[in-house]
Amino acid sequence: MTRTNLPGDARERITRRSPPRNVAGVMMMRMRVRTRLPRRSEEEQPIRRKEAKPRTVMRRTVMQTKERRGRREERKEGRRRRTVRLSLQQTHSLHSPFPICLFCSSSSDSNSNSDEEEESMSEGEMARLMEEVEEKKKLIANIRNKPWRMKRRLVHLKEAQQFVDKFEGALGKGKGRKWYAYKVMMTKKWIKFQRDFENFRTACIPWERKIKEVESHFGSSVASYFIFLRWMYGMNLVLFGFTFGLVVLPEVLMGLPYGSIPRKTVPRAEQDTAQDYSVLMDFNGYCKYSVLFYGYYNSQRTIGLLKFRLPLSYLMVGIGTFGYSLMVVIRTMAKNADVGGGDGEDGEFTFAWKMFTSWDYLIGNSETADNKYASITTSFKESIVDEQENQKDENIHLRRFLRVLANVMIICSLGGSGYLIYFVVKRSQEFANRDDLSWYEKNELELIMSLLGLVCPPLFETIAELEDYHPRIALKWQLGRIFALFLGNLYTFLFALFDEVNTKLEEEGSIRNASIWAMKEYYANFTRAINDTESTPPPMDPADVIRGPCWETAVGIEFVKLTVSDIQVSYLTILIGDFARAVIVRFLNYCWCWDLEAGFPSYGEFDISGNVLGLVFNQGMIWMGAFYAPGLVGINVLRLLSSMYYQCWAVMATNVPHERVFKASKSNNFYMGLLLLILFLSLLPVVYTIMTLPPSFDCGPFSGKPKMFDVIMETIDLDLPAFMGTLFSYAANPGLIIPAVLLMARDEEKNRRNNTDSTNQVMKDLEDLLPNRSLAPPPVPG
Amino acid sequence: MGNKQTIFTAQQLDAYQDCTYFTRKEILRLFDRYRDLAPQLVPLDYTNHPDVKLPYELIGSMPELKDNPFRQRIAEVFSEDGEGNMTLDDFLDMFSVLSEMAPRDLKASYAFKIYDFNNDDFICKSDLEKTLNRLTRNELTEDEVRMVCEKVIDEADLDNDGRLSLEDFQHMIVRAPDFLSTFHIRI
Repeated sequence: MTRTNLPGDARERITRRSPPRNVAGVMMMRMRVRTRLPRRSEEEQPIRRKEAKPRTVMRRTVMQTKERRGRREERKEGRRRRTVRLSLQQTHSLHSPFPICLFCSSSSDSNSNSDEEEESMSEGEMARLMEEVEEKKKLIANIRNKPWRMKRRLVHLKEAQQFVDKFEGALGKGKGRKWYAYKVMMTKKWIKFQRDFENFRTACIPWERKIKEVESHFGSSVASYFIFLRWMYGMNLVLFGFTFGLVVLPEVLMGLPYGSIPRKTVPRAEQDTAQDYSVLMDFNGYCKYSVLFYGYYNSQRTIGLLKFRLPLSYLMVGIGTFGYSLMVVIRTMAKNADVGGGDGEDGEFTFAWKMFTSWDYLIGNSETADNKYASITTSFKESIVDEQENQKDENIHLRRFLRVLANVMIICSLGGSGYLIYFVVKRSQEFANRDDLSWYEKNELELIMSLLGLVCPPLFETIAELEDYHPRIALKWQLGRIFALFLGNLYTFLFALFDEVNTKLEEEGSIRNASIWAMKEYYANFTRAINDTESTPPPMDPADVIRGPCWETAVGIEFVKLTVSDIQVSYLTILIGDFARAVIVRFLNYCWCWDLEAGFPSYGEFDISGNVLGLVFNQGMIWMGAFYAPGLVGINVLRLLSSMYYQCWAVMATNVPHERVFKASKSNNFYMGLLLLILFLSLLPVVYTIMTLPPSFDCGPFSGKPKMFDVIMETIDLDLPAFMGTLFSYAANPGLIIPAVLLMARDEEKNRRNNTDSTNQVMKDLEDLLPNRSLAPPPVPG
Repeated sequence: MGNKQTIFTAQQLDAYQDCTYFTRKEILRLFDRYRDLAPQLVPLDYTNHPDVKLPYELIGSMPELKDNPFRQRIAEVFSEDGEGNMTLDDFLDMFSVLSEMAPRDLKASYAFKIYDFNNDDFICKSDLEKTLNRLTRNELTEDEVRMVCEKVIDEADLDNDGRLSLEDFQHMIVRAPDFLSTFHIRI
């Protein structure tokens, strides 16, 4: 076996000295000798290396500097140039994938002028040498992309590294040399650091084994959901870090404790029931007056010894959440974009793609492999039949009528669901005034929303049978409708919520007056009782102060309740729909008339589309609610973590691989595109409230200000030097802001359009999401 | 973590990291997988480049490969001797190309070699027939097989020589939306 990459030690030199196996080795030896001892003649020298240690740039530089000082600069340079030129020629003589021939041809030209140019250090050649070094560096960076055998790669890698090491020291002249060498050393250290960091980062990625297990049993499409879930977990973890570290922790550590000011205390009237389990489950009582919600935070401009500006931090974290999410989603989309397929037409390479890309190399389980063989065979047979058959004649008018009918029905059901939600929200506002509520009435809103999300998609699918579309087009419609459903529901919910907010704001005015009166009355009573007008009365007990309605906390509570009920519904669905079903099929099979496992109902298949859409919309709700309930992100992190383990267990224990095993497209850009859209849509309500609605007067970090973003103005006025204030006021000119925003939006759109896949790719993703609507019917059993 | 392993020298590990898409930890893990196939054959010290080849039967019995209809071809393409007997270098190379970090073009050129059963640098009709029969476990009739192979050559052969060259193959496969996700083995 060739000894190709030994460390620089004596053994290597000896091995090299014995018959050189490749020309390259000999040439390298020659080059090395020449740079070392420029005074000797330029024939091949036996190896008499000056140094026995591995070369470092510094050492080489130092040694060369020493040599330089011993001679006249001109002669040395002349020699070196000649040696450099000759060595360039020699490297050219290596058979080469190295694209340095360009330089060598020009260097041989300059050979003829060498005598005349001996006086000055030829900048052109130095530049050429530098370019060659850069080429070698690029080769090193890209060597893993070359379709060579490993051995060949290792050999070339070593050569390129040695070349770079040697000549990097030769470059850089005069005063700049030490700086150049230092720069090179720092670059090396930086590369090493980057590599270590990459290694560390890869080691931190969790759940790799779990996902591999799921992948080998179920194929890449099911596993792609879990990979998406893991990615979401990572993003939420970062958001949680921001919120917790910059908002919650300072308030807890440096702010006032519970019970000290009115907003942090449970009102006297509620104190009896504040610890009840049912009240806590509703996020009232002690939950409501805790760091989970907006209302707890104090509006003091700076808190603690560090003068931490909490209101500013709260606002910045709220905006930063969206900014970070946007950045991460777009970056992932861009990374996935070059992985997506090109612009192939639907029918251009059908058979070729079927033949070469249908086998999923990830399959590591014989049952799945059997399924795969069957589905490939069926798919080929269908394509063959399609090729041979002609299209049937259709009755166009009947079709059109049926399609219109189907669309009408679906629009009706969408409208119906929107109205239902509005109605339920109004009812919940009435319920808020009563006290004797059953469990159902208390949670009616959340239950209805979750149930609608569960029931409507299958309903849409059934209605869509009327339409008789090509499966890919039917998929597009189906997904569009589900999207419209969720969006409609969410926005109806929001509008209803805003109605409530406005009511509360009106209420606020009267309560504020009432509380001021109550305060005056309290002082009046006090002075009357003590009969001494000079002593100052103690402040009113915080529990007794009349509170404003605090609409932000109310909104936060709604979102938290919605998220929690979503979690409950989804976990219950898995438990009943998958686990109970599997248990029943397995154990009732012994005493049942027909084979439960093969016929109805059999084991469930993992519903990729439902789960992915659920995840995406859940994230949208988190984004919307995180500003009003900082604890919501923490709840979501816990949810994603438990979901990962729970769903991995459920899929392995209760699901079977799809009958038609689908390959997921590697680029998850469809999911990412959905996520991006939801991000924008959830950004809007938050931005609207920050810009237009006045914050409550007695709760939250912005209490007392006319608008929430006044915190920024205040900071600019008080904390930053004066000229920055004027700078900002000029920059805040709408004439500057609007074009800037438009430009950014346009760039982003262009970016996305370049990155977004063609329709074909998106359609492929769609097909994978809803496997029941495949291009061909499932294979006939037997 | 840390530099406590004695299997490779630091330079070897660095060189492997430069030549594959794996991190240090993954390379060591792959070495463990390689060694697990035949602990008595594979030494624990690779600093002096022992010349160890594992026979194809062991490679083909790995859980990641045992269900793959093309496992023999994969081993043959990546092995030095062309018979499927792999050294550690070949083993690392194989999983590096099949990992998810490898770019499309690299995978395409190796896929071409895998599907080229007779190693003549062209995918001819007999290669296609063999591929199809492996994929469907011989369930299609002869007529159907012939028809499919003709269609494939029709679709992908650009220079009209009746067989697929590397350029034809690459032109066709880089447009395939599923190629990267299916031509992937996770280890």
